[in-house]
Amino acid sequence: MKRWFPSKTIQNPTRVGAFFSQLGSRIWALLKRCFQSKTINTPSPVGAVLSYLILGVWAFLIIFPLYWLVVTSFKISSQVAEGPFYIPFVDFKPSLDAWKYILAGDLSKDTLRNFTNTIIVAPVSALLALVFGATAAYALVRFEYRPRVGVILTFIGCIVLSLVVTSLGVPWQIALAVAAAVFIILLQTIGRRFKRALGNNDIAFWMISQRMLPPVAIVIPIYILFQQLHLLDTYAALIITYVTSNLPIVIWLMRDYVNTIPIELEECAAIDGASRYRIFWSIVLPLAVPGLVATFLFVLVFTWNEYLLALFLSSAKVQTLPLTIAAQNSTRGPQWWNMSVLILIMIIPVIVIAIVLERYITRGLLIGAVKG
Amino acid sequence: MNTETEEPQPSSIRTVISTVADRLAASVFILPTVLALLFLSIFPLIASLYVSLAKFDIAKGGYKLTFVGLNNYKKLFVGSEGDHFLGKFAPNTPLTWMVFGLIVIALAIFLARYLLNARVSISGLIGRVLLTLGFGTLSWMLVHTLWNGGRLGTASTTLVYVFVGIFFQYILGLSLAMLTVQRLPGRRFFRVIFLLPMMITPVGVAYMFRMLTDTSKGPFTPIWQGLGLINFSWVNNAWGARTAILIGDVWQWTPFMFIVLVAALESQAVEPIEAATVDGANSWQIFRFITWPAILPVSMTLILIRLIEAFKIVDLPNVMTNGGPGTATQSLTYHAYINWRALNIGASAAVAYMLLFLVTFFSMIFVNLIRQRTVETL
Repeated sequence: MKRWFPSKTIQNPTRVGAFFSQLGSRIWALLKRCFQSKTINTPSPVGAVLSYLILGVWAFLIIFPLYWLVVTSFKISSQVAEGPFYIPFVDFKPSLDAWKYILAGDLSKDTLRNFTNTIIVAPVSALLALVFGATAAYALVRFEYRPRVGVILTFIGCIVLSLVVTSLGVPWQIALAVAAAVFIILLQTIGRRFKRALGNNDIAFWMISQRMLPPVAIVIPIYILFQQLHLLDTYAALIITYVTSNLPIVIWLMRDYVNTIPIELEECAAIDGASRYRIFWSIVLPLAVPGLVATFLFVLVFTWNEYLLALFLSSAKVQTLPLTIAAQNSTRGPQWWNMSVLILIMIIPVIVIAIVLERYITRGLLIGAVKG
Repeated sequence: MNTETEEPQPSSIRTVISTVADRLAASVFILPTVLALLFLSIFPLIASLYVSLAKFDIAKGGYKLTFVGLNNYKKLFVGSEGDHFLGKFAPNTPLTWMVFGLIVIALAIFLARYLLNARVSISGLIGRVLLTLGFGTLSWMLVHTLWNGGRLGTASTTLVYVFVGIFFQYILGLSLAMLTVQRLPGRRFFRVIFLLPMMITPVGVAYMFRMLTDTSKGPFTPIWQGLGLINFSWVNNAWGARTAILIGDVWQWTPFMFIVLVAALESQAVEPIEAATVDGANSWQIFRFITWPAILPVSMTLILIRLIEAFKIVDLPNVMTNGGPGTATQSLTYHAYINWRALNIGASAAVAYMLLFLVTFFSMIFVNLIRQRTVETL
């Protein structure tokens, strides 16, 4: 047995060798552990450090501009003009001048009015868009529609007719009445001849494609339309326009979401005698809450921040906050400090909502839009 | 439905009403949306087309529209607005011909491959011919305006914003999403932070970036100073200004890509990845052959949404650079807005219509791509 042990003279080097080889394998194992992840979703330690590094850099890139806004809002004009100062109390003496000017001073009336306008217009339009869009999305999934091509063509023809008649000098009220009459007559006679019909997918595609319209392409007629209806510079004009321009997004997101709701539940309720409205109200809507919340948030952000349509459709009474911000670029040059205050006032509510609803966003998208 | 009404229930009027209401449900649910869209999308669209064919004049007690045919469009392509809309064309050089020739050959190969395919349908052929013509025209415009003293028009500038912007937004959004779906402590914090830029009004973002990019008063002044660029205003350089706008756009819209891709990555099944790991696949292979196909449909839809929205860009160029230097950073929407402000309502509508054509062209290509992909996967 003893022969198997190496002799003493050789033993020492092997011990050293063993030590080193053990050390080496330990280090190797450690290194391997650094680069290897325990489970699929957990990154390896080195990977984690790298991930944090990249995420940190991007987080910095997002937070720094916002930080700069906060800092600028506490500056006075000379402090901005003299160059960059980074840290309040250290680099410069912060002042509340801009905040006072916006909230209590000369501009407070404008700010308050426009802030109220935004608070009224944005959530109301988002909510209405959600209501109409969700019902339409539900209908497109559960009902079958077969609109005739002939009817559609007749309708477009009648719009063209009324436009041509109006441009020839006839008052639009009369033109509209004539066009409606012609439409009904044609519908009863010619419209029925065309047997070709469209399906639900075509309707959905048509609705979604309305989002492709650049607002600037339709804003001129809308402006004239509201002018004729004496609705310019009213809440109604803004809300109607916002609801319409956001309906396609709601339908897009909600259609996929409704698709994931099992139809069996609705069938059971229908057998028990529940009406369509009842089914929609007490089965579909509660099940669709995550999708509804995510969609609501998207639409709210769009309407809250909308600038171009508001610029065209409001002049004094119902201006929204983005217009106030843009107005700070006066003849004296941009009033950075006032602007920063206004931007901060404007983003704080949305950020609070976003943080509260963040869980819903991912969940809502998870089931709905993602499978689309 | 018919059996319900035939059941004898004459006693209660409420049942009758409710059955009638129930039968109308299909219409009730969809009518508000259809009416709203007809009222505020279809009607304005047709009216706008008419305005684009007319000349707008202020007349006594209002305005007057005179029909002028395609005049407004003619102006955009060959007339006084041509430089503004299409850009200033540089003279032909061998390089221009070479690049354009390569593009034409690629398009020809694309068409030929379809024609040699056994299943050729008329609608498919028309679609592809239109695509080839569209791409050919656009690349003709781009090769002549991008270099050699050419100047980009508003159409090409918009295309640059849309495609360069979306490219970076998607790449960044995807990488950040892949990092945050890992099981890292504090990932929820990052998610909330990453969402923020999307919530800020584009006007606000534009002013913020104007502040940040100021070389003498902005926070990066020391860096500019170090580089000796203190008196250089990058907003005076055409590509510098465009880059500034693109940075703002990417900053604002990467979160949108990010949040949807996070949702997509989280809904991915774990089993295939586990199986692949057991089989010894490396992370690149897992991404390429498992994750990528899984998120491809979502990515397509996502890019389509962004494509549609990105063509509408106006706030950033309007605020950050006022469209300058010259017309270098003007987008099509901004171009239309300028015409509107100058009371050239007809020309404004014509620009808007050209924008609509562009959006429709690219969206259609994308929609067809998505359809093909889904057919392939089924």
